[in-house]
Amino acid sequence: MKREEEAMESKNILVIDGNEYAFDPGETILEVARRNGIDIPTLCWMKRASPTGACRVCVVEVEGARNLVASCAAPAAPNMVVRTQTPAVMRARRLNIELLLASGQHNCLVQDLDMDSWTDSQLRSMETKEHHDLCPAYGDCRLQELAIKYQVRGCRFAPLDVRHEIETVNPFIVRDLSRCILCGRCVQACNEIQVNNAISFGYRGTRAKIVAKGDRALKDSDCVFCGECVQACPVGALVLTQDMDGNGRVKGETKLVRTTCSYCGVGCQMYLHVRKGRIVRVTGVEGVGPNHGSLCVKGRFGYHFVHDPERLKTPLIRENGTFREATWEEALTVVAEKLNRIKKADGPDAIAVLASARITNEENYVAQKFTRAVIGTNNVDHCARL
Amino acid sequence: MTNPIEDIEKANVILITGSNTTENHPVLSSFVKRAVTRKGAKLIVVDPRRIPIVNFASCWLRQNLGTDVAWINGMMHVIIKEGLYDEAYVESRTVGLEDLKKAVERYTPEYVEKVSGIPKEDLVAAARLYASAKAASILYAMGITQHICGTDNVKSLANLAMLCGNVGIEGGGVNPLRGQNNVQGACDMGSLPDVFTGYQRVADPALREKMAKAWGVKSLPEKPGITVMEMMDSAHEGKLKGLYIIGENPLLSDPDLKHARASLDKLDFLVVQDIFLTETARVADVVLPSTSFAEKDGTFTNTERKVQRIRKAVDPPGEAREDWKILCDLSARMGYPMNYGNVEAVMAEIREVTPSYCGINYERLEREGIHWPCPGTEHPGTPCLHVDQFSCGLGVFHAIEWVPPAEVPDQHYPLYLTTGRVLYQYHTGTMTMKSDGLNELAPECFVEISPADARKYGLGDGEKIKVSSRRGEIEAKARISDKAVDGTVFVPFHYAEGAANELTNTALDPVALIPELKVCAVRIEKV
Ligand code: SF4
Ligand code: SF4
Ligand code: SF4
Ligand code: FES
Repeated sequence: MKREEEAMESKNILVIDGNEYAFDPGETILEVARRNGIDIPTLCWMKRASPTGACRVCVVEVEGARNLVASCAAPAAPNMVVRTQTPAVMRARRLNIELLLASGQHNCLVQDLDMDSWTDSQLRSMETKEHHDLCPAYGDCRLQELAIKYQVRGCRFAPLDVRHEIETVNPFIVRDLSRCILCGRCVQACNEIQVNNAISFGYRGTRAKIVAKGDRALKDSDCVFCGECVQACPVGALVLTQDMDGNGRVKGETKLVRTTCSYCGVGCQMYLHVRKGRIVRVTGVEGVGPNHGSLCVKGRFGYHFVHDPERLKTPLIRENGTFREATWEEALTVVAEKLNRIKKADGPDAIAVLASARITNEENYVAQKFTRAVIGTNNVDHCARL
Repeated sequence: MTNPIEDIEKANVILITGSNTTENHPVLSSFVKRAVTRKGAKLIVVDPRRIPIVNFASCWLRQNLGTDVAWINGMMHVIIKEGLYDEAYVESRTVGLEDLKKAVERYTPEYVEKVSGIPKEDLVAAARLYASAKAASILYAMGITQHICGTDNVKSLANLAMLCGNVGIEGGGVNPLRGQNNVQGACDMGSLPDVFTGYQRVADPALREKMAKAWGVKSLPEKPGITVMEMMDSAHEGKLKGLYIIGENPLLSDPDLKHARASLDKLDFLVVQDIFLTETARVADVVLPSTSFAEKDGTFTNTERKVQRIRKAVDPPGEAREDWKILCDLSARMGYPMNYGNVEAVMAEIREVTPSYCGINYERLEREGIHWPCPGTEHPGTPCLHVDQFSCGLGVFHAIEWVPPAEVPDQHYPLYLTTGRVLYQYHTGTMTMKSDGLNELAPECFVEISPADARKYGLGDGEKIKVSSRRGEIEAKARISDKAVDGTVFVPFHYAEGAANELTNTALDPVALIPELKVCAVRIEKV
């Protein structure tokens, strides 16, 4: 417990809910709490970006402070006394969530029903085909999740009449800013994490809106369609075009398979979301390198080739100048015979194998072993030089 | 890479050359951009094109194509003359400084300006900036290696890094960015003509014996094999009779496609194993359908030497089979059964015969990958190479002279051509061109040309033009852009229609045998 010892000496200790915790200088209250398994909800806070304090869902009580404090932005200080669960804190969180819900077109069921019937109705609606009546983020929305958790029911505030036209002209990304809660996560994702600087806060007051330069569509801006903002958006304001088909992105139906991107050498860690045997979505894996959740346009959106109808499905053998479909048995027999014949007639060095930078390590290993041990030549290379 | 990707954010100065980082390694480029915008690092970019990362640079040098050794020597000239190098480091960890000093003597900023077109003040400023850093990271890619002097270029960068004590430290290093996902792994696994796994030389009798024993064969061939470019030539001469291509598409990616086509035509037997009927598969005698990354288990090794898992997510289409299984089946038919129950068993064998992968197993890779060298299961892996000493003891400075590119513009072919990739497509496009959105963003081939050159040829944006070299010609639309430098056009090589490699040169680097894809001479005309 080096941190504890060092902290004792320098008195970097604070109290959260009655217990003492050590902290490193510069750590926020939220970070210390999370590190110690204390749950403080957050909405706008993003791990790798600077805190904006926009949503105030993470408020806590700090002894001596006049107002509740946004824990994601407040640095821990020696002898600070923090309470995360007081009635005032709960009330404030609930109020903030309610205000966020009322700030846009959050027409998911969460607004009108009480807890039990909400769950029932959720289950019911998942059985029906009318998903498209719901927000495409339904079931995968941080705001909805918090509303349920904090039992924010009916709508005490009439929803503001913010109506932005839904932007569907872009490849990959649909922007429905009527659902935007102005949490700023997308702006942080774009500017601080990917540093593409394509979007920012535009306009003021009730007209406030996230805009690409000149309030244009993403496709006419500096946006490079990395999709980081979509992954960051906690609600249904930024959604993938492919999720607008009425199926939503309801959790549970999809299986997540962790893998490595097959494009460039960065080797980003990604989840393939698989539904009914098909990849329907790709997201970055948070919390591990090299990418810590980020992906680029190819990694995130370039997966359609996997299910392309033009994929090769059977072996082909050339006969009289054209290909005919063949069985594996036939094809492998032809290959083995031909290679054996060349080997016998012209020696193993008349054969070469071009392995690949696209296949796995294991496959490259087998390929060079095949070349060296079976064919008997060192004529093996791949296209790394190209 | 000598250093992990994360280290980029720990550098005080980053030098990028020959890498269009934001388009080719987008996620890695965000580490660079964050270093600059949030950590106060300074960025030096040396590239003829106004690539997007230039927007983040405090220093942009625009060299003439193929003059890399000259400006790198020039920077070292300044650093040595002004006494800015890391004496303690050079003293204790390197040899050959005197030779280097002699070699760079004549690369004065004035001379370098003449050769490279880089203004001498800019060169001096860049040299001082690089040398001033506590930790400076060098990132480079194909723009450095795809030259007749590619090996010299790389050695020169290593010289520069060692001179300033930047190898083996956090935030430093000489870091090649691999273009394809598993280039590193393919090399590590011995898909190279002169080495087994882990760069163990086939010429070494002891290593050959060790591998023969592990594989249960009497002996293994002793003579190093031929490289991909030599394979094409050898086929062309009729010496190579049979070629087995796995997952590569040389009929779009090779330089001088006319030559490549003629070479493959001469083969007695061509097998192509791929997931699509590529340009190359179309001319094969037998095509074997294989699986994509989403349909199999295994590992890739990324550009920072990190071995990471891939996992099967969906079933392959039709009767497509995994590449390793196809090879094992074939091997059995040729009298040598390879019985691996699964890919994990293959990894177990790799581990046994490869010291640098010795400590790597699937269980350890479950949550996060491991950087090789990893000599044991207790070893945490090696994110940063050469920390206490170079793998070969002392770092050696190489005295290197600049040589001009194999082909330079003349009156018949007055412009330079350079090739590369765009953000929205990948390599020969077999995969990316199956996504509508990507095609919408980057639908077709283009010829990027500077506004001044466009005026000179009277070209409008989007006008169809013909580009020809001594080897072939293509047609594509002109894209007038201030990304381009006067006198040089750029063509992406993804597209079969307007294939840049109809034009490129097969002149090879004598050591690495990498073709000079980045420079050749062309002329353009309206059609
Ligand atoms: S897709 Fe990427 S570049 Fe475009 S707005 Fe979102 S984060 Fe920015
Ligand atoms: S679009 Fe989404 S991420 Fe961006 S501010 Fe609105 S709610 Fe937040
Ligand atoms: S997501 Fe983009 S940056 Fe990451 S490995 Fe894939 S292609 Fe490379
Ligand atoms: S999470 Fe702290 S203010 Fe939003």
